[in-house]
Amino acid sequence: MASIVAFLDSKARLLLLRDYKGDIPVSVIDEFPLLLLKQEQGLNNSSEPIIYSNGISYTFIQNDGIYTVGISKCDVNVFTILVFLSKLNDALIKHFKKLNEFSIKDNYSIIYELLDEMMDFGIPQITDDLVLKDYITQQSITFEKLISNVSNSATSTHRKIKQSKQDRRAPPTTITNQISWRKEGLKYKKNEAYLDVIESIDMLINSRGQMLTSEIYGKIKLKSYLSGMPELQLGLNEKFINSGLNSIKGLTSDNINNESITKSSIEVEDVKFHQCVQLEKFENDKIITFIPPDGECDLITYRVHSDILKPLFLIEYKFKNHSNTRLEIMVKVRANFKNKISANKVEIRIPVPEEIDSPKFHYQKGKLKYLPDENTLRWKFHKIEGGKEYVMIAELMLLSLVSESELKQFRKIPLNIKFEMQGFVTSGLQVRYLKIHEPHLNYNSYPYVRYITRSGDNYEIRSSNV
Amino acid sequence: MTSKIIERKFRKFFNIPKKGENYEFRSGLVSQYADERKDTIQRVIAAMTTGKDVSALFPDVLKNIATHDLEQKKLVYLYLMNYAKTHPELVILATNTFIRDTEDPNPLIRSLAIRTMGCIRVDKMVDYMAIPLKRTLKDDNPYVRKTAVICVAKLFELNPTVCMEQGFLEYLLELVEDSNQMVVANSVAALLEISKKTQKNVFKIDDQILNKLLSTLNECSEWGRVSILSSLLEYDANNLSDVHNIIEKISPQLQHENPAVVLSTIKVLIKQLNKLPSNESNNVLNRLSSPLCSLLNTSPEIQFVALKNIRILLEKYPTILDKELRAFFIKYNDPLYLKLEKIELMTRIANEENCMLLLSELREYSMEFDIDLVNRAIQGIGQIAVKIQKCSKKAVEILYELFINKGEFVVEEIVVVIQNILRRYPTEYISNVITVIADLRFDDLNRSESLTSYMWILSEYPREIPHLEDKLNVIVENFDEFESTVQSAALSLVVKISLSRPTPNTPHLLQTILNKATQDVENVDVRDKAYLYWRLLSTDDKKLQEEIILAKLPILNSAIETFTPGLLEELVNDLGNLSSVFYKPASSFIKLDGSDSFFTSSELQNKKLEELQQIAKNEIVSNAVKADNLLDLDDDDNNEDDENNNAGGLLGGDNSGDILNELNDLFSGLNTTSGTTNNSSSAASNNLLSILGGFDSATASPSPKPAPFQNSDSSNKKPGNDDILNLF
Repeated sequence: MASIVAFLDSKARLLLLRDYKGDIPVSVIDEFPLLLLKQEQGLNNSSEPIIYSNGISYTFIQNDGIYTVGISKCDVNVFTILVFLSKLNDALIKHFKKLNEFSIKDNYSIIYELLDEMMDFGIPQITDDLVLKDYITQQSITFEKLISNVSNSATSTHRKIKQSKQDRRAPPTTITNQISWRKEGLKYKKNEAYLDVIESIDMLINSRGQMLTSEIYGKIKLKSYLSGMPELQLGLNEKFINSGLNSIKGLTSDNINNESITKSSIEVEDVKFHQCVQLEKFENDKIITFIPPDGECDLITYRVHSDILKPLFLIEYKFKNHSNTRLEIMVKVRANFKNKISANKVEIRIPVPEEIDSPKFHYQKGKLKYLPDENTLRWKFHKIEGGKEYVMIAELMLLSLVSESELKQFRKIPLNIKFEMQGFVTSGLQVRYLKIHEPHLNYNSYPYVRYITRSGDNYEIRSSNV
Repeated sequence: MTSKIIERKFRKFFNIPKKGENYEFRSGLVSQYADERKDTIQRVIAAMTTGKDVSALFPDVLKNIATHDLEQKKLVYLYLMNYAKTHPELVILATNTFIRDTEDPNPLIRSLAIRTMGCIRVDKMVDYMAIPLKRTLKDDNPYVRKTAVICVAKLFELNPTVCMEQGFLEYLLELVEDSNQMVVANSVAALLEISKKTQKNVFKIDDQILNKLLSTLNECSEWGRVSILSSLLEYDANNLSDVHNIIEKISPQLQHENPAVVLSTIKVLIKQLNKLPSNESNNVLNRLSSPLCSLLNTSPEIQFVALKNIRILLEKYPTILDKELRAFFIKYNDPLYLKLEKIELMTRIANEENCMLLLSELREYSMEFDIDLVNRAIQGIGQIAVKIQKCSKKAVEILYELFINKGEFVVEEIVVVIQNILRRYPTEYISNVITVIADLRFDDLNRSESLTSYMWILSEYPREIPHLEDKLNVIVENFDEFESTVQSAALSLVVKISLSRPTPNTPHLLQTILNKATQDVENVDVRDKAYLYWRLLSTDDKKLQEEIILAKLPILNSAIETFTPGLLEELVNDLGNLSSVFYKPASSFIKLDGSDSFFTSSELQNKKLEELQQIAKNEIVSNAVKADNLLDLDDDDNNEDDENNNAGGLLGGDNSGDILNELNDLFSGLNTTSGTTNNSSSAASNNLLSILGGFDSATASPSPKPAPFQNSDSSNKKPGNDDILNLF
């Protein structure tokens, strides 16, 4: 696996390096900036994440201007290295809130400590941040923490009665007992569990209002504050379970001649479980049972594909170009759902050309703002009720220098919508029950369930061509 | 003198650094306050990270290892670990401490110690490691065992023979049966590492081990699963029930959230496929499609490798993703390399059912502004037009529309694509495409690829091209400036036209181009080709000439590149590896591990431990001198003053006066360590400085002299110093 793991800043200067195997001279990292530059020139400033030169492979990911690089010598499994590096980044972000030059420089020794626990001799060990927290002896320094120390605000939301101050004479039990993601002896006064079913919809709609692609990324997020070693069982509606199982078994609706599957049904794909879920039990007995990690986790993630899904917002998006000096943009948005339901925090981002002058807006509702840094108009609604329709017209003066092709270029940028709706999910998933059973303590607990539908990162409308 | 005393007190009061950073560190490390010591170690580590050489502080840092504060201990170990790789001779000084710590009651410290020992890459270390390693391998605590297990792999890398002789391999094989999942997984990982190193399989999986591994799989951490799954790759199941068992047990892992686990599982499943009857293997293949798509639900970097791997699988199992085209659609924010890779895959997934959808998607991409993306999209349109007859008409329409709308921006790629379409459908679309070609002048094209395609089309369809002769004239005129591939195409073009559509002017053109090609061209292939044509045209056998020169190319079946079968097999075995990204077999670009010239401390390898210790001590001392002298050249007065101060203010504790003695004290035996730490801690550094300071101020020379270290006698010192030493 990786012989060296290094962090570099945005100019590919070395920030920190950990040599795991010692089979490559550390100085090879000096080559990296040059190799990177060479590759970026060939590929329009975007560099493929693997560079091979002179017997050494550099595998790296980029995150907020930080390069995390794994260096190795043989024909290693680069896929595993990439996954490890991204988990490493995740863990660091969890620790320091942000991963950037400053958070690295402020926390050298804690990063070393983390690196030591996460990998040994190039073999990944533990990357789960909940488990890692128990191993790390030092306090990380973040701006937020400094502030909270100063202001002394003890608004910690955790309701543990006894923050079991670890006896540092022993390694945390998480590693030593059978269940590697939960430590023993947790105690809470109230035993609570929250389930959030969250579905993010990505949709691509063309200028004629036809849906090109749509994908629903769903997850069931579990927040649990439960004592002891509780065994949980989650009940979901039959339809979802069946569809999920079929996708796992690789059966698509085509090769099932079962009448229970109709044409309009949803297809659940890529069902992924947190490592605490007993995968075999689900496949054989359709039961989702698990001992949860303490705190937050994504219990189930899934993807839903549906051709019958209708766009939640119908958008008309038009331009009028007045001889390359003045541009009119018209956006009409219509909430395409029942009027009992409403969408919150709706935000429409309309791309505009660079450097426009004295924009004038006409609109009926919401707030509209020109964001020069992002070259967008942001049209915000606190709430849109079903069936309502709103129009916005923006008049933009262009600098005379703008060429035809530049104008076309900005029009390739799709219009983006963000929104959030509570109370239902589009896939039809339903939580039937969440049974919580702790064999020794036998307490009562209170599960809560919420359903949220929101836009994904790519809920977009393409503008018309030409 | 009084003013100096005041100044000194003043400095002390305000804590003004006297001797630069190293001095500051040193006094911090020996401070009587635990907090200050800890804080200083942290700052030393920060300095180390930014590239400063703080190895001179080694003895002072090491003094802090005897502590019950786990945090501080960890920090000291961090420091040691860092120098373990680059200065193994330094860390070897701490061997005794390590050995003692492997017996510490706290398992965390035991594992820290054994882990650090494994990082010291000096051959002799092996002798010292054997006993503690054996002990920790049998430790009660699984955390210690899982660390020790990996240490065996480290030891093997260092000295395989000793490792084998001492029977560590057997220990590992035993620990594969351990009760703790993490220990099992790490043993497997260590064995795999050793197998890789020796190029032979040291880990033979039998039925019992197989069952153990399969049952552990469900319990262990994500990375443990990856290790176990990679070990299963080496297992060759020899009966159908074993194969079924493996498939049944590992298939649930396809639903794991870690993509590395998913891909490893896919690898093992594919390995089993050819052992299954075909209907069953199809069932397994069906299960793979959705997990494969889920690999695209990750960061761009991971997606990139996933896409490269999916391309390999698609070539082996072309229908595996038939229904999943949409998962590969480009997102606006994807980096360019990902977009190109996605188009590559989509053209491979394309089939009769989804081709129309794909065409309209590719059409969108071809309207983008990034030229690389546009070209790839156009190429993709051509590829599916060739691949699927049903959509070829639509594809040609799109190409034509693109040409009309975007003109010179896309024309180069379109010409190349049109050549492929004409090779696949020689007559169907002539009327559509020829308009593109007909008005094209050869000035419009720059890429040699487009030029050769253009010339090929002219030579095959001369009837359809208006003003053919003018075009030929220009080509012949510019012949000298072409690249050799274009020259070759131009040559064929003129020769073919002179046979198929001769005009009064063609013999002249033919003669000119043949002359140029045989006389002015340096490229051998072009010359030879010209000579061949010339010979052939000189014969009288018109029929033979036409047969050879005007021969039609076979119909093109696919414009999509494929691997050779041998390479494909190799790549399928290497999914996820470097070779699967570069599409080359590993052996072709990775040097085998035989000549290991990278070894950082090879010259230190064969030295005796005592020698190493001596080297280390010298290094520390000379580093210390260098650092202080270079930083504080102008501080001579102070040094003297300081030393007087020491002389005057000496109390019971400050006895050593000689760093070398102190080092000896520190490292010679286990028992003395704590004692030395106590009574010399605050004075050690000062004393070294005072010796040197006195020495330097006497000779006024900044360069460090070796004399004081070889012989600790006080011959070089001032009388005043002698007094101090004589006090004890």
